[in-house]
Amino acid sequence: MNFALRTMRGLLGLFVDDGTLALTLIAVIVVVGVLVHLGAIKGVLAMVLLLAGTIGALLINVTRAASSKNPG
Amino acid sequence: MIGWIHASSTIASAFLASSVEAVEALTVVLAVSVVRGWRSALLGTAAAFCLLIALVAIFGRALGQVPIALLQLVVGTLLLLFGMRWLRKAMLRSVGVIHLHDEAAIYERQIHALLSDDTGARKALPTGWDPIAIATAFKAVTLEGVEVIIIVIALGAVQGSLVPASLGALAACLLVIAAGVILHQPLSRVPENSLKFIVGILMSAFGLFWFGQGIGLAWPYHDGAVLGLMAILAAASWMGIRIAKRIRARHNDAALRGEIA
Repeated sequence: MNFALRTMRGLLGLFVDDGTLALTLIAVIVVVGVLVHLGAIKGVLAMVLLLAGTIGALLINVTRAASSKNPG
Repeated sequence: MIGWIHASSTIASAFLASSVEAVEALTVVLAVSVVRGWRSALLGTAAAFCLLIALVAIFGRALGQVPIALLQLVVGTLLLLFGMRWLRKAMLRSVGVIHLHDEAAIYERQIHALLSDDTGARKALPTGWDPIAIATAFKAVTLEGVEVIIIVIALGAVQGSLVPASLGALAACLLVIAAGVILHQPLSRVPENSLKFIVGILMSAFGLFWFGQGIGLAWPYHDGAVLGLMAILAAASWMGIRIAKRIRARHNDAALRGEIA
């Protein structure tokens, strides 16, 4: 049981280290995915939004961690 | 040309990512074998390999049944989360916000844990097969091995690149095992942070590419777009490190002035 829990935690940890970054990334891709699905955006604009959103999420997270006392 | 770009970047990504995981597993197996004997450590490792082969056989078949668009969406999302996680960690380590990964220190901690009980007293070591050694090696190889499998599947499943991805991972594992057998010590000189930085960029680029394809975006230059995404991510990460270093330095200066005052 303990091993199964540790394995599951290890697997989750493979994708999620900082919960805020993971949630922001998921929010970005869900928003872009929904907008593309609805036809509100398409082509290059969707690509730019996807790329800018994910890179922006990463950079904001890293700079916040750099300025915080306890980055986690 | 496009096939070559895809295959070579898949092999490189699988090789680099798997080598990081293999180094981590090797550290634990080496510690177990030095403290409690090679036989039990190897038995635990072999048992873990059998379980991993069974997992590959089961999930490899199951993947063939999943529709390609769904596979692209799921794999793209997982690769993006995985890649960004490693990229964030590598960036924060470069900035000095978190400590560098130290295999030598992990090795020492593992040896101490295997030699001492909860009270810190020295454990009596069994003479025959050692269940603790078998379990410790098994757990380490299974955990890191599952991560390697996920990396290979994520990189190779979507466009039928499972063979190049598997070759990259296999080469990494063989190289790390050979280095461990020759050196008999943890591979603390592997530039893990640089590897994580590169792998983070590669995985994130693949993740964005697959997710985009999954929602119906047609990337310019087809698979060649992955290279463009890698370049953009590398430039943005480099810029992010510079900005974060400046913020960190200002933060440290302010803290120092506060202490002096």
